[in-house]
Amino acid sequence: MTRKLSYAEAIREATEQEMARDPSIIVLGMGVDDFRGIYGTTKGLVEKFGSDRVFDTPLSEDAMTGVAIGAALAGLRPIHVHIRMDFLLLAMNQIINIAAKARYMYGGAVSVPIVVRSVIGRSWGQGAQHSQGLHSLFMHVPGLRVVAPSTPYDAKGCMASALRHPDPVMFVEHRMVHFQKGVVPEEPFTVPFGRARTLAPGKDVTLVGVSHMAVECLRARSLLEQAGIQAEVIDPVSLSPLDADGIAASVKKTGRLVVVDTSWTFCGTSAEIVTAVLERTQGKRDVSFARLGYAPGTCPTTKPLENLYYPNPQTIAMAAHTLVKGEGTRWEPRTSEAPEVVEFKGPF
Amino acid sequence: MSEVLFRELYRIRHVEQEVARVYPTDKIKSPVHLSIGQEAVSVGVCQTLRADDIVFGTYRSHALFLAKGGNLRAMIAELYGKATGCTRGKGGSMHLIDVAAGVMGTSAVVGTTIPLAVGYAYALKMRGSGALVAAFFGDGAVDEGAFHESMNFAALKKLPVLFVCENNLYAIHSPQAARQAKSNLCERAASYGMHAEHVEYGDVFTIRDRTAAAVSAIRAGSGPRFIECMTYRWKEHVGPGDDFAAGYRTRAEAEPWYARDSLNLIGARLDPAVRARIEHEVQAEVRDAFEFAESSPFPGHEELLTDVYGVA
Repeated sequence: MTRKLSYAEAIREATEQEMARDPSIIVLGMGVDDFRGIYGTTKGLVEKFGSDRVFDTPLSEDAMTGVAIGAALAGLRPIHVHIRMDFLLLAMNQIINIAAKARYMYGGAVSVPIVVRSVIGRSWGQGAQHSQGLHSLFMHVPGLRVVAPSTPYDAKGCMASALRHPDPVMFVEHRMVHFQKGVVPEEPFTVPFGRARTLAPGKDVTLVGVSHMAVECLRARSLLEQAGIQAEVIDPVSLSPLDADGIAASVKKTGRLVVVDTSWTFCGTSAEIVTAVLERTQGKRDVSFARLGYAPGTCPTTKPLENLYYPNPQTIAMAAHTLVKGEGTRWEPRTSEAPEVVEFKGPF
Repeated sequence: MSEVLFRELYRIRHVEQEVARVYPTDKIKSPVHLSIGQEAVSVGVCQTLRADDIVFGTYRSHALFLAKGGNLRAMIAELYGKATGCTRGKGGSMHLIDVAAGVMGTSAVVGTTIPLAVGYAYALKMRGSGALVAAFFGDGAVDEGAFHESMNFAALKKLPVLFVCENNLYAIHSPQAARQAKSNLCERAASYGMHAEHVEYGDVFTIRDRTAAAVSAIRAGSGPRFIECMTYRWKEHVGPGDDFAAGYRTRAEAEPWYARDSLNLIGARLDPAVRARIEHEVQAEVRDAFEFAESSPFPGHEELLTDVYGVA
């Protein structure tokens, strides 16, 4: 099986297959039925399944999230799509006060099986309000599941799992992984939540990359090979539940951990991953670690500053190199900018 | 018909009075927002609904829960925090639910259940079920963006929703005039493209008859309708006491509402023997519910983390 799909195509295929399997699945959100179809991820669905099941919405993120939840209470399985993750901030009340809590506060009488898709933007001046990775906000709240796969295979499998899951699932995508291509089986399959995926093996240092940063970690791994360092690259895939045991198993082997997030480090996913690993390794294995993420400020739009804002293969490799070789062994590999960032042409 | 309405109104009033009576014992460790004075809205509306119709409510929903047929024993046990409560002691007074009765949930955050009602109605319409959803909320919820967003979407999709605004003039202690430039909520509802009407005096017959017409229209495919029922909360915002001494409202404002109380007016017209029989029966039922709550166990410690997540 060598058929390759892009990440965006993989999401579309999973959605289409699951909708054909389960007539309770509906897709709503601004632009899900327009000619662009959310970067192709919803393209063709309205033609195939009709406008009752695939429909555009008013710019009412708060109420439309409530509508999705209400429909779920009535037995539907809505996928609510947001073309930028930043817009979820308008839906926090419904997501956190109702979706996350309904099962518990109603004593198990109801389920809210909604899938909330959102896309983290980057490049071409996306800036302050189009490039935020807010996944840690949702990881913080019991009752929600949060997944952020980086490969087309996991995107398809996680979407299928999300659409069979009993709980609200925050499905986090990154605009820069939409272009990634990979082998994806045509037949439907699921990827279980709570299991990290080792993208490449290594013995010297563990690189954990969230979403697009898993792609950048693989590039950093190639750079590290030039310095004779073998890095193991792990994609957590699922952030809540988090496969802390799986990541810790790798770190017990390497003794070194670099966590790279497509968000800020403070109180973020990287803080949680490091803590969860140390809880499992303390007293058993000395672990040195580092965290990389967005610069601790607001995302700028101008290219020279934006370039500084994100971790990249060079900064990731340098952080890993320092852990392996020690302080004072400065090493600066040559690298080029990620092709998907270079090739991305705005304005959308 | 008057007997039915009297029974419903009296049952809710008596339950609430019993809650207020028991409350100082601290056996009910749940914030209670009593419905006393506002029963006619829930009773009048729910009299027109079918068993398969759905309601969503607010944190002041004891009346709605009972009027729609919610299980009384489970409600009282919930106030007591018992394992036999309608949410097994997890939700309390503000998160009542009875799926079998079509009470699909009440919420402590103002306005949050309005879009849930609309979404539920979307699913009903998609399935062609013929049932409808009544969304209950107060005049405070009208301040929320979710109210307006929900009205717009319900009208856009011609969804089978009855929006029921219980206007008791106050959001906690803030009068409507301190929050809204215009008091005519019907104009706002109508501007979204739905029929809207106002019921001035909280009379249960008027509410029932106007709602019946609205419900018929909705079932015939009119799309959503809005009904604003003026009403008055007799007790403090939360808790069992009076609060006229607090200064934000006067007893004089409440007097006309006492005088036009549907329960008292209907009760005065009933045959005294019939009235006594109904009261006796209801009292026995309510006594049984409180005894059930008292004698029920608290949830075990193993319940702390059950139902945070479903079983995948």
